[in-house]
Amino acid sequence: MCAAASLILGGVGGVLARRPAGRMIVYGGSLAIAVVALLAALAQLALGIAPDPLVVLPIGLPHLGASGLGMQFGMDDLAAAFLIIANIGGAAASLFALGYARHEAEPWRVLPVYPVFLAAMNLVVIAADAYGFLLCWEVMSLASWALVMAHHSEAATRRAGVIYLLMASAGTLALLLCFGLLAGPAGDYAFAAMRAVPRARWIGSAVMILALLGAGSKAGLVPLHVWLPRAHPAAPSHVSALMSGVMTKVAVYAFIRIAFDLAGPPAWWWGLVVLLAGGMTAVLGVLYALMEDDIKTILAYSTIENVGLIFVGLGLALAFKADGMMAAAALALTAALFHALNHMLFKSTLFFGAGAIQHATGTRDLAQLGGLIHRMRRSAVPMLIAALAIAALPPLNGFASEWLLLQAILLSPALPQFGLKLAVPAIGALVALSAAFAAACFVRLYGIAYLGRARGTAAAAAQETDRWSLSAMIVLAALCVAAGLLPGFAIDLLAPVTHALLGARVSTQAGLSWLTIVPVASRQNAYDPLLIALFIAISAVIGALALRRFGVRITRRAPAWGCGYQEFGPPARTLITQYSPSGFVQPIRRVFAGVIFRAHDEATLPLPGEAHPARLNLRWSDPAWSLLYAPLIGAIDWLAGQTNRLQFLTIRRYLAFVFMALVALLGWIALWG
Amino acid sequence: MGLITRLALQLAQMALMLALAPLLAGFVRVLKARLQRRSGPPLLQIYRDLAKLIGKDAIIATDASWIFSTAPYLMFAITWVSASLVPSFATDLLFSWSGDLIVIVALLGTARFCQMLAALDIGTAFGGLGASREAMFASLAEPAMLMIVFTVALVAGSSQLSAIATFMHEGTQGLRLSLALGLVALVIVALAETGRFPVDNPATHLELTMVHEAMVLEYSGRHLALIELAHALKLILYLSLIVCIFAPVAIAAPGAGPAALALGLFAYLVKLAAGGVLLALFETAIAKMRVFRVPNFIGAALMLGLLGTLLLFVSASL
Repeated sequence: MCAAASLILGGVGGVLARRPAGRMIVYGGSLAIAVVALLAALAQLALGIAPDPLVVLPIGLPHLGASGLGMQFGMDDLAAAFLIIANIGGAAASLFALGYARHEAEPWRVLPVYPVFLAAMNLVVIAADAYGFLLCWEVMSLASWALVMAHHSEAATRRAGVIYLLMASAGTLALLLCFGLLAGPAGDYAFAAMRAVPRARWIGSAVMILALLGAGSKAGLVPLHVWLPRAHPAAPSHVSALMSGVMTKVAVYAFIRIAFDLAGPPAWWWGLVVLLAGGMTAVLGVLYALMEDDIKTILAYSTIENVGLIFVGLGLALAFKADGMMAAAALALTAALFHALNHMLFKSTLFFGAGAIQHATGTRDLAQLGGLIHRMRRSAVPMLIAALAIAALPPLNGFASEWLLLQAILLSPALPQFGLKLAVPAIGALVALSAAFAAACFVRLYGIAYLGRARGTAAAAAQETDRWSLSAMIVLAALCVAAGLLPGFAIDLLAPVTHALLGARVSTQAGLSWLTIVPVASRQNAYDPLLIALFIAISAVIGALALRRFGVRITRRAPAWGCGYQEFGPPARTLITQYSPSGFVQPIRRVFAGVIFRAHDEATLPLPGEAHPARLNLRWSDPAWSLLYAPLIGAIDWLAGQTNRLQFLTIRRYLAFVFMALVALLGWIALWG
Repeated sequence: MGLITRLALQLAQMALMLALAPLLAGFVRVLKARLQRRSGPPLLQIYRDLAKLIGKDAIIATDASWIFSTAPYLMFAITWVSASLVPSFATDLLFSWSGDLIVIVALLGTARFCQMLAALDIGTAFGGLGASREAMFASLAEPAMLMIVFTVALVAGSSQLSAIATFMHEGTQGLRLSLALGLVALVIVALAETGRFPVDNPATHLELTMVHEAMVLEYSGRHLALIELAHALKLILYLSLIVCIFAPVAIAAPGAGPAALALGLFAYLVKLAAGGVLLALFETAIAKMRVFRVPNFIGAALMLGLLGTLLLFVSASL
């Protein structure tokens, strides 16, 4: 049923692609189909309906293995969980786009590709053979690339497009090799056959590393992340939301599918590798985010952080699984999956809000914004909820999943390997550090964009966004609150997934009193967001009532104290007495980024008597570029330069090359044939 | 024990925290003044200040939004709720299970988030200055606190505060190196989080040194009263946390009779007073640090916490 729905989705894309005026039809249709697919996936997970048998299409690679007749699609429990994520994100983005996309200058560059992108993401998740998977994966990459290039007139976008295309190809290459190893000499590309084949330990390990590279580059693991903060912000905002919220989750799905389902029993060091990659990604991602001034780039870097957290959960789950601690593995995997869902919810909201800001003010530069809460009263509320949620603050959903992750870390001293024993506490510290940085990052984003006074004329004249966009933001923010207050339902919803992958599940939460969550029954560590939210509300009301009863109720307005600069002088001067975004983060930059990013502030102050303004010069370099990519590009350049000589040889030398190649091949046959 | 009694005890805990918080802050203030050979304010001055503030008009900055006037209520409510989750005189109160130590730490993070937003809301340099420094301190103090939580939770086998207090009360753990590291780290974090010396000066209004005061500079009237109360609650929260984890002497066990409860309450008051004396002594003996020395100070707490956790991962007996 779901396969059919998704195929219709692709069909809609194909049919309506040629109608530039069909904004309502395309986005409305996408919305409806995403909701249908969402309901189908929800029904399967929540009601425990057995999955439909695999649908085998009559198209595919001919003559490949026993079942190589055609592409296979089917929705098992893992696929259903990710279909929920993909289709909530897809539905919300379509709803947002119903209003937002009317500002698109060249809608024909977005409209035909958008449904194809949605359909491809759905199809990747439900593909049940490697050929179908890789085909849809490439369609997904290309469709998102086309969407990134929708605004191709800007030079930065074109550069982002090139880097994205390169990284996507490299990632797919890794996945291609990975599936080649999985299929083995028999060459059966169906997932069911791959699961059944026993394989050597080193092949399984190679498969895991390749999957980490392939899926990790799409998800944004450091140092494979360099394309992400360039490409995600360049796309239209609803597409950015999909790329950050959903496409990275599809990559996470690919990693889970391969590492947990297809690669066979894990070795203990798999977990270590994934943990280190995840922990590093989490902290570096959010540090990058703190250094940036462009709202959408900040959000893209924060996506990298959250992907890191998800991979920390997956790494823990792999380590627990390798040591046979299935209940703990189920907890860690549940935390990762729940965080994937949560990240889709709040990150999409934030990207929608960034889109609304960009449309309202024409800029994404934090240094030009300020005071938007007065002009965009309604959209400021869902943005605030999403900012609180992504900063991992209770009682919202970001904290619920991080709490589960920390509970899983608390179970890990039982892991026997010394490498893990040393690494896991450090990873725990990195997770805590990234959560604290995320709070600073989103105080900065929200506080500077929405609060205070406008730092530019555009921000002072901003208008509220349209109703469609607003409703999409409100729906997602409401889901953030719901998932935060009732995490037990989400945990129970994910239980069949962990059961299918690990044979264990987090104990049922539904029957616990006060809707609390107790992930490990023997430890009784509990968290009850509903009750705590209730207490906070009651306490706040008690405080307010007491003040009403006993206190003075008069409230007056007066200018704030700004050492005299606030009221006098031209507006441009009084407005910059506020903190700037880079000024806000200067202490953190000085303490943390000095070493990692070689960040350096250089202030040139005017001498006494001079009239020109003081200048602050801020320099920092990206270690991923300077340490990894720049040498790599240099090496490739050098190699290309060397090979270039081969173009200008004489005919004798070419003939000599051909002859030597022939001799070498004959020699090969003689020796091993 | 009947539900009514348990509910009454829980409410008593909430009321106790609220009532004692200004007293503790005032006590430390008086002691500090005496140690510095000043006569100092009366012990109950903070209550009088609060009453005075409640009776005054609240003035809101021209450019402030609803966040500025809502934040004090939220900060007060969140700090009060999290303070009530810390066992003071008795463990296993009716709702003590609704959040573990990680939740308490994160709740304080929510309160801080509200405060930083409110500071940015007024649109002056001071608000930004305070929020920016607070963000830097918090980005080290929060991970340090979580590492301490890990240390304590791994020793006690639970991150639930009541369970930790009961475990420590039984004394089966003996002397542990990791707990000692955790205690030092917790004291450092507590000093930083409550804005005491050497991290912040609760009495300063000098812009070079302000952190907390810079954030609340524009508050007045009832809003300021709520913030002052929340600040006092934070102090009593951290002190209660330290004594509940590291000195749960005579804390009343679940289902204890009135005598045990009275003993627990008395012991709690004595412990608070002792903590207050130590704090006043420490604050008198030490000078305030430069802002950029503070990361080293809190970073030491982070490293100690990490070391404590690491020791427990390597060997369960350390």
